[in-house]
Amino acid sequence: MSEPKPVRFRGGGFAPVSVKWVGPVVFVVLIALIEIGTRTGFITPLTLPRPSDVFATFVELWSTGALWQHLLPSLTRLLVGSALGAVTGVAIGIAIGLFSHARAGLVPLVAALFPVPKIALLPLFVIWFGIDEGSKYALIALGTFTPTVVATYGAVDNVDRSLIRMGQSFDLTWRSIVWKIVLPGAMPGILSGLRISLAIGIILLVAAEMLGAEYGIGAYILQAGSLYDLERLFAGVVILSVLGVAVSAGIGALERRVLRWRV
Amino acid sequence: MDLVLKNVSHRYGDLAVLKDVDLTVPEGKIVCLVGPSGCGKSTLLRLMGGLEQPFSGDVSQVGDAPAGCLNPLTYVFQDFALLPWRTVEGNISLVLEDHYLGEGAAREIISDVLARTKLSEFRHALPKQLSGGMKQRVAIARALAVNPAVLLLDEPLSALDSQTRELLMDDLVSLWSRQRFTGVYVTHNLQEAVRLGHVIAVLSRRPGRIRQLVELDTPLDERRPDDPELQRQQRALWEAMREEAEAADMELADV
Repeated sequence: MSEPKPVRFRGGGFAPVSVKWVGPVVFVVLIALIEIGTRTGFITPLTLPRPSDVFATFVELWSTGALWQHLLPSLTRLLVGSALGAVTGVAIGIAIGLFSHARAGLVPLVAALFPVPKIALLPLFVIWFGIDEGSKYALIALGTFTPTVVATYGAVDNVDRSLIRMGQSFDLTWRSIVWKIVLPGAMPGILSGLRISLAIGIILLVAAEMLGAEYGIGAYILQAGSLYDLERLFAGVVILSVLGVAVSAGIGALERRVLRWRV
Repeated sequence: MDLVLKNVSHRYGDLAVLKDVDLTVPEGKIVCLVGPSGCGKSTLLRLMGGLEQPFSGDVSQVGDAPAGCLNPLTYVFQDFALLPWRTVEGNISLVLEDHYLGEGAAREIISDVLARTKLSEFRHALPKQLSGGMKQRVAIARALAVNPAVLLLDEPLSALDSQTRELLMDDLVSLWSRQRFTGVYVTHNLQEAVRLGHVIAVLSRRPGRIRQLVELDTPLDERRPDDPELQRQQRALWEAMREEAEAADMELADV
């Protein structure tokens, strides 16, 4: 008889757990490194601005009220544009998911629209909707529309058919089946599509503002860039990042609320 | 209300699944459909409730549904088919909402069926919090809420472990004894068939046809799992099915 050997543990891993502190630590360490690098002269001020200077610029933005002057128009554009795009996108997506004719007619159209860089359409939208807010809303709406449609009809296709059969077996009306079974069943997919759509919305917002706006984060960044004012440019970029994180957190909160039923 | 099938045949494309099925489900009795896997017993049940249309033959309801019946032919599914985003109460209210009964009447029905299925404490629980047996009890409560004329049960206990199955069989028997419902019960489990069936219809392998009708006279609430007469019946059924089941098992699935 040989020595008893303990059984080696081979399981574990491949199951992400939430480690909350790592994310902030990565940010802090990175910013501290840049601060040290710029202070010691290892990083020249022409390459990267000093984080403390960026922060000072940000404080100035805040105290002069310029922050809201730029942020409010941007937020309005993002809100109006993406709300238009997301609502029509969900509606069209559900129509594609439910009706064979809508699917046959609209899926190729959406596939044709999807890869077009929407920014290339901005001049056209300026002609159609005017140089001010209209064209910006349209651009953001179109940009959020296509990914929302694709995510929504995919989600409708994935709704458990046995639940729909159950609804039919109890003689539920068509309306009830769509509102009470199809739509809630598609909600997880719709919300994860919304995450992508809104990120695209932010990108298009900045692009639209760079091409023609007096106020807005995009215009602010463009101005700073053309003056080679790196502190202000970075302050603008930081605002965009924060906006992205806030949108993502907002959808996360919405998911936790709406999808509480999920296992 | 009786449910009568005449000359029912069904096929999917070139594949005949049911052939010339004649069957009567008499009011107040439970008819069990047993047969080897793939013999079309679940298809037959879907034809009975109008979820599929037979290729030929007639399925008809004879007589009137009971008073206050909201959905004469009501299913209980193997996978429960509960909406995961609705609570126990919400899942039951789902099937009442389209009838606009008024809030008081609907709440009364819900409380009644929850009490009958011993679920009153779990009104506000979500399906994910319930065990398999509880989920199926919710599905049964939902079916009872519409006061069906015929209950169509599609392998309702097959997704459950054997202890839970035993408990739920007792529950079904006591539900039936208190308020006799007409039922069609599809199962591949002969033990369930001899416990719950007044009539057991044995189907042949594909294309399914009725090979044998067995009537059991022992009243449902007097049937015990260790009853020698029932065990004899179960063995006899198995003898009748064995060859078919073996042959069905060896078939290549070319569906």
